[in-house]
Amino acid sequence: MQHAVSVKNVSKRYRKNNVLRQVDLMIGAGSVYGLIGPSGAGKTTLVKMVVGMEVPDQGEIHVLGQSMPNLSLMQRIGYMAQSDALYFELTGRENLQFFGSLYQLKSQQLKERMKYVADLVNLEKDLSKKVSTYSGGMKRRLSLAIAFIQNPDVLILDEPTVGIDPALRLSIWNELLRLKNEEGKTIIVTTHVMDEAEKCDCIAMIREGAIITTGSPSALKKNYSANNLDDVFLKAGRM
Amino acid sequence: MRRIFKQMFRDKRTLALLFVAPLFILTLMHLLFNSEQVDPLLGIEGADDSFINKLEAKNIEVQTYTNVKNAHATVVDDELDGFLKMDDEKQQLTLLNSDPTVSRTLEMNIKQITSKMQIPDQMQKSLNQEDSTVAISYVYGDEDTAFFDRLGPLLIGFFVFFFVFLISGIGLLKERTTGTLERLMASPVKRGEIVAAYLIGFGIFALLQTIIVVFFAVNVLQMILIGSIWNVLLINLLLALVALSLGILLSAFAESEFQMMQFIPIVVIPQIFFSGIIPLEGMADWLQVLAKIMPLYYAGDALQSVMYEGLGLADITGDLYVLLLFACILIILNLFGLKKYRKL
Repeated sequence: MQHAVSVKNVSKRYRKNNVLRQVDLMIGAGSVYGLIGPSGAGKTTLVKMVVGMEVPDQGEIHVLGQSMPNLSLMQRIGYMAQSDALYFELTGRENLQFFGSLYQLKSQQLKERMKYVADLVNLEKDLSKKVSTYSGGMKRRLSLAIAFIQNPDVLILDEPTVGIDPALRLSIWNELLRLKNEEGKTIIVTTHVMDEAEKCDCIAMIREGAIITTGSPSALKKNYSANNLDDVFLKAGRM
Repeated sequence: MRRIFKQMFRDKRTLALLFVAPLFILTLMHLLFNSEQVDPLLGIEGADDSFINKLEAKNIEVQTYTNVKNAHATVVDDELDGFLKMDDEKQQLTLLNSDPTVSRTLEMNIKQITSKMQIPDQMQKSLNQEDSTVAISYVYGDEDTAFFDRLGPLLIGFFVFFFVFLISGIGLLKERTTGTLERLMASPVKRGEIVAAYLIGFGIFALLQTIIVVFFAVNVLQMILIGSIWNVLLINLLLALVALSLGILLSAFAESEFQMMQFIPIVVIPQIFFSGIIPLEGMADWLQVLAKIMPLYYAGDALQSVMYEGLGLADITGDLYVLLLFACILIILNLFGLKKYRKL
């Protein structure tokens, strides 16, 4: 299997804190990869480095065979931040249009993508409303739609399902799996919800800036002879 | 109440500002308003020594001339505040009038001295001092020139600077706090593109504001405008550009709109004092140096030159270049400032 993202021996410090310590990750193309760990474990920092917004102090990161950070590669990476980065004075449609224009989509193409992503997150009826009137879940869905807008090959979602109701969470996950299976997208998801981790092809558990274990959910459970991923996390952390 | 105390102590900047900023501004005003009064400089032709002595007793510096053909040119070239030509019967006074208060002082003193000298032989005239034999002409403005005519151009510049600074600063601050700026940085747009888009976007609003302010001041308030209105717009546009880039830059150092407002006493108010509202010549040397790093000083100088003194584009290029330089430096700093969000 070809690697869509490879992280080699990456370390990052902020002032005196070691946020990441010698992280190695190999993420296969066309898979859903979960980064699991408590808040403050360094997931977001790692994800930002893969997106190209941060530079590692040590080590290197390659995405789709090219070294990051790389501006032209950003075109092929979709990113959804942990907090909703939306323009509240604009309508949902205007937000989509704006972010679409950043990726230099042609107007016809942009129209199609906007319809597609709005449909995907069930927002097509609310696109004309201002974002300031949206509920928390709707904002989250709009952020997700924006991450898809340029039809990226690699999709990086930082805590995508926080504050979304279970039904919608399920439909988003189904869509992520469909994107993986039918379109061969590589999807990286951070989460601290263990039952979401079950849906990933492969997961990496992060604690205090270091990876404590990696593998597919079933393999991990077997290796640590645990019933669920929570136990795996606890057992792996002890070693 | 205890919570207010706690919050205040956490926000060191607000606390510092609360106590330090008023002292800072008061000190500045103290220094400025207590600066030495510069003695007016009067050029004179055909006066006797006793007359000159009387002038000097009134703290007027006197420079003697002979055979001056063009009083206006002499006043402008030699940076005199006025020029007095005395013949047997009549006196011709030419006033620079770049500062109406200086002109008033000169005029009053000269009238007093000449009328006293006339008392012995012209008793009847002394009864009516207004009927003095001094004929007055003005290089800039006229006898009705009020303080506001000189102040007006500076105020236009100040308001353009102030509002553009605030609006652009708060605009970008919002992008920073809502995370949209960070999100922009996760897309392939270049940092230069973001800065440029900001400058152009807000620049258009700044341009509109400038046009409205200038037209209102000139046409409705009848503010004095001798030079070209295009030059006024050009100066204000450059000033707006400086304010824009300064606002964008400083928004990086603010975490909330409130902290953005805190820059007003530090960044904006001192500029008013140095914009030329108070004559610079009387200030201490180090204060004059300070004035030279204020964008509003150059804009104020240029605006006064055009609106009040009626000078053309060639006379204000120096000021314009300095403003442009300010803008360029701030824009480059902005490009580096955005590195905080993305290293590339």
